[in-house]
Amino acid sequence: MSATAAPRAGHGLFHKAGSLRAERRWALWSAYVSLVIAAIVMLAPPFYMLITALKTSAEIADLNGNPWIVRDPTLENFAAILGNEMFRGFFWNSILVTLLVVVVTMLISIPAAFALSRMRFWGSQWLATGVFLTYLVPDTLLFIPLYQIVGGLGLLNSIWGLVLVYPTLTVPFCTWIMIGYFASIPKELDEAALIDGAGWLQMLWRIFIPVALPGIIAATIFAFTVSWAAFVYPTAFITRPDEMPLTIGVVSQLIRGDTFAWGQLMAGALLAALPPVVVYAFLMDYYVAGLTAGATKG
Amino acid sequence: MASDATIAHAAPVIAPRATPPTTLQKMARRRSTIAFLLTLPLLAVIGGLVAWPAAYAIYLSTLNRRMTAFIGLENYAILLENDTFRMVIWQSCFFAITAVILKALIGFWLAHMLHHIPSKGQRVWRGMLLVPWVIPPALSTLGWWWMFEPSYSSINWLLAIFSVPPVPWLGEMWWARISVIIVNVWYGAPFFMIMYLAALKSVPDQLYEAADIDGATGWQRLRYVTLPMMRNIISITVLFSLIVTFANYDIVRVLTNGGPRDLTHVFASYAFQVGVLSGNIPRGAAVSLFMFPLLAVIAFFVLRGINERTKEIGA
Amino acid sequence: MAQVTLRRLVKEYEGGVQAVKGIDLEIADHEFVVLVGPSGCGKSTTLRMIAGLEDITGGEISIGGTVVNDIPPRDRDIAMVFQNYALYPHMTVFDNMAFGLTLRKFRKDEIQRRVMEAARILDITQLLDRKPKALSGGQRQRVAMGRAIVRDPKVFLFDEPLSNLDAKLRVQMRTEIKKVHQTVRTTTVYVTHDQVEAMTLADRVVVMNGGIIEQVGPPQELYHRPATRFVAGFIGSPAMNFIPARIEPASGALNLRLPGDILLPIPAERSDRYRAQGGREVLFGIRPEHLTETRQGRATYADLEVVPEVIEPMGMETLVHFHMDGTRDLCARLDPTIPAAPGQPLRLTADLANMHLLDPQSGRVL
Ligand SMILES: Nc1ncnc2c1ncn2[C@@H]1O[C@H](COP(=O)(O)OP(=O)(O)O)[C@@H](O)[C@H]1O
Ligand SMILES: [Mg+2]
Repeated sequence: MSATAAPRAGHGLFHKAGSLRAERRWALWSAYVSLVIAAIVMLAPPFYMLITALKTSAEIADLNGNPWIVRDPTLENFAAILGNEMFRGFFWNSILVTLLVVVVTMLISIPAAFALSRMRFWGSQWLATGVFLTYLVPDTLLFIPLYQIVGGLGLLNSIWGLVLVYPTLTVPFCTWIMIGYFASIPKELDEAALIDGAGWLQMLWRIFIPVALPGIIAATIFAFTVSWAAFVYPTAFITRPDEMPLTIGVVSQLIRGDTFAWGQLMAGALLAALPPVVVYAFLMDYYVAGLTAGATKG
Repeated sequence: MASDATIAHAAPVIAPRATPPTTLQKMARRRSTIAFLLTLPLLAVIGGLVAWPAAYAIYLSTLNRRMTAFIGLENYAILLENDTFRMVIWQSCFFAITAVILKALIGFWLAHMLHHIPSKGQRVWRGMLLVPWVIPPALSTLGWWWMFEPSYSSINWLLAIFSVPPVPWLGEMWWARISVIIVNVWYGAPFFMIMYLAALKSVPDQLYEAADIDGATGWQRLRYVTLPMMRNIISITVLFSLIVTFANYDIVRVLTNGGPRDLTHVFASYAFQVGVLSGNIPRGAAVSLFMFPLLAVIAFFVLRGINERTKEIGA
Repeated sequence: MAQVTLRRLVKEYEGGVQAVKGIDLEIADHEFVVLVGPSGCGKSTTLRMIAGLEDITGGEISIGGTVVNDIPPRDRDIAMVFQNYALYPHMTVFDNMAFGLTLRKFRKDEIQRRVMEAARILDITQLLDRKPKALSGGQRQRVAMGRAIVRDPKVFLFDEPLSNLDAKLRVQMRTEIKKVHQTVRTTTVYVTHDQVEAMTLADRVVVMNGGIIEQVGPPQELYHRPATRFVAGFIGSPAMNFIPARIEPASGALNLRLPGDILLPIPAERSDRYRAQGGREVLFGIRPEHLTETRQGRATYADLEVVPEVIEPMGMETLVHFHMDGTRDLCARLDPTIPAAPGQPLRLTADLANMHLLDPQSGRVL
């Protein structure tokens, strides 16, 4: 029912009974056609990755025929990549780094957001703005000085260096959206808690955290996906394969020589992308809430 | 009742001064102390891992290659003389602006289409359309890279069905630039869609009904109801995306790695090449610092947009 | 339980807004006091200062003889019921009521006993396992009261607790609150903007306006002997009529001259009071219920003829709206059997025994 409905109106149908329905139907059709085309385009790359991963090397190398279908599906690429010790190492590193970063992020963001949204103190307004500005600072602006700093700490080529710097990616946004969620809790609730005899920490732990749980889940998902997908920092800081997380590991280590093992590469990339996709599939509403919270809350 | 235990709770944390402060003052001070402790880790992250590195970057960029001597603004001067770097500036701007415009338009279109189908089906469609945003871009770009691969290109195979000659996707300058934009738009358009959809849903139905009764056409409703109500979210999203796109690294790194012949480098990938790969840390720092003025201007406008929106919501 | 005393209480918000401008109030033990006044007059601010949720700019508050200015809310031994109930959404009704006791480290069985007792009083025993989301407005209201009752505090504070309920439920809960107070007898300070609520609930009503107290007194006293034009106009519904008038001496008696050359004889028992005011411009105040259809035979009644503009039949009575020169909308309350139609002149009788004469400048009742 938008601009697309206009041509219909010019058809002279406009004043007849039922024109409204025709107009609606037309709009609906154009919506579905757009969505189908968009869905095909959006899903084509992952689909093609999957097709490739299911092909044998011979079938991949065969230039005849439709590359978008698989004639002889096989799981050998997945088996091979899962049998690859280096790849399993990447996976383990990613899990370790991501889990640590998520925990650290939540431990930093939640108390800070609580203090910033509820305990007005000198400079709290400025700090809240500062948090948002930090969120706008891209990692590509900071990776060179951080490279020096992490190097100075002797943490290059170590996942601990990543655990140290990833919070710059996650903490500002998580704090920002938690401020928004906490701010949406009615003021009377903390006043009731104050009168009931709660101290500030009890208020945070027994009222704010349980009440803002959806926000905390959204922030956790955000921290998880961002840490899992982080690319600039590991690319800059890690050159030893056994300390690499998945993103840079797959991109740099599985591409070897001139003849790429495309099937294995795609299988590896798909497996590496699986955890965020699974999280997304099961917690889509929280995921979307977290995405939009940055601009619609706070 | 119950007072003994709780009064003990409120015991002063700060040693009493000559004139003992009142309990409420003590409470206020206690509150500030707790608030400070709660924000301390955040301050450490912002200060130690963002503000300090940013300042350090400025310092680094004034050193010579071996970081032994102060050379002032020479790194910047050298860069500005350098043809490759001028091309990087141009390419970064071209890339960011084109990609953001396309993402914004496609996202807006999709959000609209999504908003108009029955709400039962919206979840499924939204779920499918958001997939590109969910996959780590470094990994999905690998898939694109494979689709662009010259001898096996599955895209060229599809084009061949319509008798389009094979396209040298990553081999020629303009095609390579277009490829980078395509992948970025593919990755980023769903984000715009989701933001706009949220904004569309926040426009009260009564406004449309009122506009209908006033006799507005579909176009007029878009022009006079939807767009004004979404103006703020649109500008925040566009500006935000401008920053992220401008500073993008993953896609360029995986797809072209700056090639062919350094013609698709953007600030981030070039800074990486100069600073980390060629080992000229100060000049790499200078390259990425070139992003700063632009980002600062955009950040200013984002902040203004957010403030306005907060006021609107508050009002 | 305890009395509450406010002395020269002042609240100035940041930015210079003086919400409370130095009020004095004594609230006795077991008393139910209602603060009433238009929105923005400083009722909530006063209540929140008693609760300790707002700092006190000046003056003193004492509860049970102790000055509490510097005591944090949790140590003031008060309980508060909020307009939006402020129930903890993630806790069951039982846990909501028990929260304050848990934090104060009460024994399990004592908590159990108190919550069950309060639930019995409020008739919410069967709701104890529910979450607030699954409750109706009235039930939430009861839980909020239960949360206050279990604490057995010195003072109950209510801030517009019925404003979020629909009209019917509001009347029902009003009775409920009164019943609870008669059971537990806790000193209560209750804030509302609704004068009917104030009149029905209060032992004493405190009428506030613009940060000051206009008048304090039992409901009947406020109704019959308002001290100021504000109180006279605020208490009672529909509101009191105010008509500009002049007191004119006439051969030993006093007359009241209204616009349109209407002369009303001031009853003898009131004349003495106004003797000194002869010739003075005043405001003649009369409630709609004292401006009714003409009935003969009572000395204090006087007639006037008006032209009705709007007729509002209410069932048990009929409201007639009209106006006179220099007045706003005036209202009379008629027996529903009296025929009245817009535009048709109608004789009304004013019960001058219940009139009020006010100073038009200061608004004081003479
Ligand atoms: N936190 C605040 N900051 C500044 N002014 C306030 C604040 N709270 C209330 N006020 C002002 O104080 C006055 C009294 O408010 P309040 O006590 O809430 O009135 P009410 O009688 O309606 O409960 C109003 O004019 C209001 O605008
Ligand atoms: Mg109020």
